[in-house]
Amino acid sequence: MNSSDQGSVHPGRPETLKAVPVRHPGRWVGAAVVAVLAAMLIHALTTNPQFQWDVVGTYLFDSTILHGLGVTLELTFLSMLIGVAGGITLAIMRLSPNPVLSSTAWFYIWVFRGTPVLVQLLFWNFLGTLWASISIGIPFGPAFWSEPTNEAIPLFVAALLGLGLNEAAYMAEIVRGGIQSVPLGQTEAAHALGMSQFNTMRRIILPQAMRVIIPPTGNETISMLKTTSLVSAISLEELLRAGQNIYSRTFQTIPLLLVVSIWYLLMTSILTVVQYYIERHYARGANRVLPPTPLQRLRRLFAGKPVPPAKDDVVTGLEGGGHV
Amino acid sequence: MTDLTKPPADDRPAPMVEAQGVRKSYGLVEVLKGIDLEVKKGEVFVLVGPSGSGKSTFLRCINHLEKINGGLLSVDGELVGYRMKGGRLHELRDREVAQKRRDIGMVFQHFNLFPHMTALENVIEAPVQVKGENKAEARERGMALLERVGLADKAKNYPSQLSGGQQQRVAIARALAMKPKLMLFDEPTSALDPELVGEVLDVMRGLAEEGMTMIVVTHEMGFAREVGDALVFMDGGVVVESGSPREVLTNPQHDRTRAFLSKVL
Repeated sequence: MNSSDQGSVHPGRPETLKAVPVRHPGRWVGAAVVAVLAAMLIHALTTNPQFQWDVVGTYLFDSTILHGLGVTLELTFLSMLIGVAGGITLAIMRLSPNPVLSSTAWFYIWVFRGTPVLVQLLFWNFLGTLWASISIGIPFGPAFWSEPTNEAIPLFVAALLGLGLNEAAYMAEIVRGGIQSVPLGQTEAAHALGMSQFNTMRRIILPQAMRVIIPPTGNETISMLKTTSLVSAISLEELLRAGQNIYSRTFQTIPLLLVVSIWYLLMTSILTVVQYYIERHYARGANRVLPPTPLQRLRRLFAGKPVPPAKDDVVTGLEGGGHV
Repeated sequence: MTDLTKPPADDRPAPMVEAQGVRKSYGLVEVLKGIDLEVKKGEVFVLVGPSGSGKSTFLRCINHLEKINGGLLSVDGELVGYRMKGGRLHELRDREVAQKRRDIGMVFQHFNLFPHMTALENVIEAPVQVKGENKAEARERGMALLERVGLADKAKNYPSQLSGGQQQRVAIARALAMKPKLMLFDEPTSALDPELVGEVLDVMRGLAEEGMTMIVVTHEMGFAREVGDALVFMDGGVVVESGSPREVLTNPQHDRTRAFLSKVL
């Protein structure tokens, strides 16, 4: 059918088509099944007295729990800091033409990725039994500073080293992938301008690698938040250990595990939102129009019509279509 | 073979680029099989030839993006990538190589602009980072360079917001910002839509008129004939024929040159 035919059937502005939409009976059946299952779950959660929701409420803001939460957040932040800094260093070493550097980085990644983080945590914790004291001085010569290992490395530092150094091995591979995603022509262009190896990495390669590095780093952070619970194995009182300490006294195991889970879930949810916005930020320059924020999406859903993207979301210079 | 560490005996001006038996191989494949040529100061030197003939590789050897495996290659009287000391060649350190590259501008087939920087930031990056120029002065000079390539109004645009021809003109401005004594062009118009080729060639023509020494790898025979002072036809890693562009393009002496020109002209 060509346009002139259509014109004769619908003179003027085309009207909205009136047609019977395709029915989806399967969806209704599926929805019913899911609704029944959800009702069963809610029923089980609310009627089983073993969950002891009142106890959950009592301990949700308990000072022990909140202190544990603080330690968990501190551990997550600091070990990710060690992980990212170490990861960038290791990745650059791994890609270096210097065989000593690249094989050292390879060995580090091999060891720290190849053994469970729990085992590494235990090793750091029991370092005192390996070397009774730690000293700084001339190798194989006299020491200028010396201290018993258990005092030089308190529990928190042992946990930090265990988590951070392990994370560095994973981050190294993420950063390496990011660096290698930048086309070789960028390095050549920088070198042709007389830029040094170091400046090329700092000014040209790493900023471009960021877009590839950021999303998996967000995942690593969320994963790290949960991995910190392993630290309870070396008796550092973080969130899980705080819960355990309480239920070992009161025997209210399930409600306290629920308290802990609620906090973990809340923290990971917040991190997910933060990650979304960071990714959106780094999409600038690469995307012509940024994806809508969840808030914009919500507004769009209720308005029932597309909401134009916010003014600052349109990359400047593209309104005219870009090319001249 | 002449000793490159001493100035030439006669009073001819020293050539900008001198190659003697330059060889380059990747593993067992020899890409350059002994290139001899001389580029005079202020000359527009055109390299033509079929793809795989080694012309781009030779260009990249001149600023040491590729290491040569044999022969001698010098820019402005100094060896590329090496130093002659006590009768032996010593490899230069990365820092020294970088130092020498400052004076040699390069324009790539695929522009290779830094995508995370605006046009102006691309232009001032090396002057500020490498030469330590004052940022405000660099911006001023950068704007003047963008003006010169006709893109002053695009200073704040990112490369992804520019057409291919505009990107290549920014790339030329970026190379000029280092005040080079020699410009290398590696097929600067090959990745462009036909209607955008002219604007880039116009900028290059302007540069040639100002007396810039330029080595241009190109398939634009019209440009070669009009602007070029010397032309070399390469095939299979050797120089097949050289002379003035008009001579070689209108009256080729070798069969291989004739066969190639019949396809591109």
